[in-house]
Amino acid sequence: MNSSMKFSRNGDAFLLSEIPEYGSNDFLQKIITETSSGWRVLNFFGVPEQESLTLYAVLGARREQQIGVMKCRVTESFPSISGYVPQLHLFEREIAETFGVIPEDHPWFKPVRFITSRTTGQNSFAKSVDEPIIPGVTDYFRVNGEEVHEVAVGPVHAGIIEPGHFRFQCHGEKVFHLEISLGYQHRGIEGQLTGGPYPSTIHRMETVAGDTTIGHTQAYCMILEGLGGSAPSQRGDSIRAIALELERLANHCGDLGALAGDVGYLPTMSYCGRIRGDFLNMTALICGSRFGRGLVRPGGAAFDIDTRQMVELQRRLAAAKSDLQNAVELLWHSSSAMARFDQTGKISAEAALELGLVGPAARACGVQRDVRSGFPFGAYKNHGWQPVTDPHGDVYARAMVRWLECQQSIDFIAHELDHLPQGGCRAKVAMPLPESMVISLTEGWRGEICHTAITGINGTFTSYKIVDPSFHNWTGLAMALRGEQISDFPLCNKSFNLSYCGFDL
Amino acid sequence: MEYMVNIPIHLLMIAIFPPLLLGVINRTKAFFAGRNGAPTLQPYHDIIRLWQKGSVFSPTTSVIFRAGPVLTIAAIVAAALMMPLGNHPAPISFNGDMILFAYLLGLARFFTIAAALDTGSSFEGMGGAREATFACLAEPALFFSLVVLARISRSISLTGMLNDFPPTIWFGSGAALLLMVGALFILLLAENCRIPFDDPNTHLELTMIHEVMVLDHSGPALAAILYGASLKLLLFGALFIHITVPFRSGSFLLDWCAFTGAMILLAIIVGVVESTMARLKLTRVPQLLIAACILSAFAMLLVMRQTS
Repeated sequence: MNSSMKFSRNGDAFLLSEIPEYGSNDFLQKIITETSSGWRVLNFFGVPEQESLTLYAVLGARREQQIGVMKCRVTESFPSISGYVPQLHLFEREIAETFGVIPEDHPWFKPVRFITSRTTGQNSFAKSVDEPIIPGVTDYFRVNGEEVHEVAVGPVHAGIIEPGHFRFQCHGEKVFHLEISLGYQHRGIEGQLTGGPYPSTIHRMETVAGDTTIGHTQAYCMILEGLGGSAPSQRGDSIRAIALELERLANHCGDLGALAGDVGYLPTMSYCGRIRGDFLNMTALICGSRFGRGLVRPGGAAFDIDTRQMVELQRRLAAAKSDLQNAVELLWHSSSAMARFDQTGKISAEAALELGLVGPAARACGVQRDVRSGFPFGAYKNHGWQPVTDPHGDVYARAMVRWLECQQSIDFIAHELDHLPQGGCRAKVAMPLPESMVISLTEGWRGEICHTAITGINGTFTSYKIVDPSFHNWTGLAMALRGEQISDFPLCNKSFNLSYCGFDL
Repeated sequence: MEYMVNIPIHLLMIAIFPPLLLGVINRTKAFFAGRNGAPTLQPYHDIIRLWQKGSVFSPTTSVIFRAGPVLTIAAIVAAALMMPLGNHPAPISFNGDMILFAYLLGLARFFTIAAALDTGSSFEGMGGAREATFACLAEPALFFSLVVLARISRSISLTGMLNDFPPTIWFGSGAALLLMVGALFILLLAENCRIPFDDPNTHLELTMIHEVMVLDHSGPALAAILYGASLKLLLFGALFIHITVPFRSGSFLLDWCAFTGAMILLAIIVGVVESTMARLKLTRVPQLLIAACILSAFAMLLVMRQTS
């Protein structure tokens, strides 16, 4: 074997036998070397095989638009490299939790989702077998001292949001440390996919994270199209891209409004809340569902856009564009709101790179990381996407990146609607290849979504691994709170707006 | 005769009018947000609804928690009897009642904080700490302002200072009064937990000040707290209006109407402020309160120099 990794592209299938295998030390050393030379971890997961566990490392390099894969076989444990590659720390804990294979000397060895191991049926975190595993019940990092106090928030929240537990170690109003404990929403989606694809699988994909329906379904469809070796319909690809951008618009717009609401700035909050509905209704105009359920299907899109809808979409888009512009300009011109956003929840570009942040959170730290330009797919392939960034890394930057992306998305949709390719909106997809692997990446509104599927002899999934952008970014939120005021937590939290169920799977 | 009518009107005013102010503020905010908003009388419905509900008491709380709202409301109502409303003397007035007035409000705050601490909740502890810190900074501003008024009117009773506040003072001590009015408006917003100090509509416990301290109260106790908060707004509003709108018609009924109208106008102004500005970062709140102190301190210096 000449190449050190199997190189592939976003959505291309290849045979499992093409993936080079290493001994665990070489494997881990290689991850350290590659990540320090510009590659980053897209996915890192295990597949149980009889007595052992095969670890797959999926790395990505933005410049070359390449995805590299390698594997290694481990049995009971492997040396943890999270100390060298911090972006791996949750992946290693996940492997330990799911398969009972321990990353030795992990710096922060704790449960991820509070589940029993899929292979051993036990808990990997040094508790007795019959002790029930309850989400949130674990040892937390504690700061001791007369003047230090602990604030626990959740899992039940005052607002209508998902459950998550947050532990703050505070000195007065200042946060020393925030620890986030999730897992309350775990549904076992990945486990249910083994043996698939089933007819119901597409519906599960639509609800991996309900607000990212298009993003996750798109990634899943790319998996099936890659495994079948069938290109999707070009028109379908365009419709999917339009839907993906509408989803981004609705959520970014809602977030901008919610950010304004969190600092008590009412006008932008109210207007954005309404405009978000306008964007959701545009998705509904295409497929009848405000969240795009049933729209994205393998081979293309289940709903076409006819001329009447096209005209109507253009009209509504133009109206929403000027409405959004007015609403958001109000925010930028309100010095009191800007004073709250500025310098709040700062993350440095170095920290963002080390933690492997993705999506608007990374781009707001000046990190050019966007699947649409880094690993272009579908309609983005010929578009030459230019990611927007902001160097400041604070709440202001995350808001600004959202606003710039909104403008970008509106222009993109308008362009795509004008240049919809001719032909049908859905192509046939062949049966999945056996013993293959495919990696699909899409840029959901929260950031990079990575799906990885491995098929067995008969072409069914033996393993299906989902990485929601929230999996990378929750640690970013915890870091953003270091040294911040605890009263600014809701604002920082909203500026990330991460998914609980996307993380918990 | 007038006295016989004015006192009942004063009491009625205390009992019935305050929640309307909250309704007006919310209506104004809704207007700015392009919404219809809740009915102006919604706070009344809320208070009646809460009053009819049962209460839930956490087993970790003690009698202090239950006594908190009762003592708080009692203290605020007692203070309300010393603040002249409309254009007539307050039902209770004596030399030095301004100090009792200030500390009755302080007592109300103390019991609110004590009840919050009694729950043992980390949120409420933080809210109590914030309230106490900011109150320390707000108190000097109130006292400097009262000293200014005392100096101008040569009286140390609220009725003596504020009732029949002559508009001509604005010609003589306009600069000092203007500074003090600025301080009083900041104080009005801070003491009543309005934006930019606190957001009465937020659901985010970690950012709250006043709201977080009453999180565990329910039913009639919460109704009392809601009513008490609106009454406090009326008291600070009255202090503000006596100085800014020194309008006296001669007819007591017309004076009452003018006072009520001015209060509603003030509620609208508060609503406008809330609609057009975001909350301050918590670390900036002391700076604004200190600014209020400095404004009122300068006002005090000015009147001291003038009259000496």
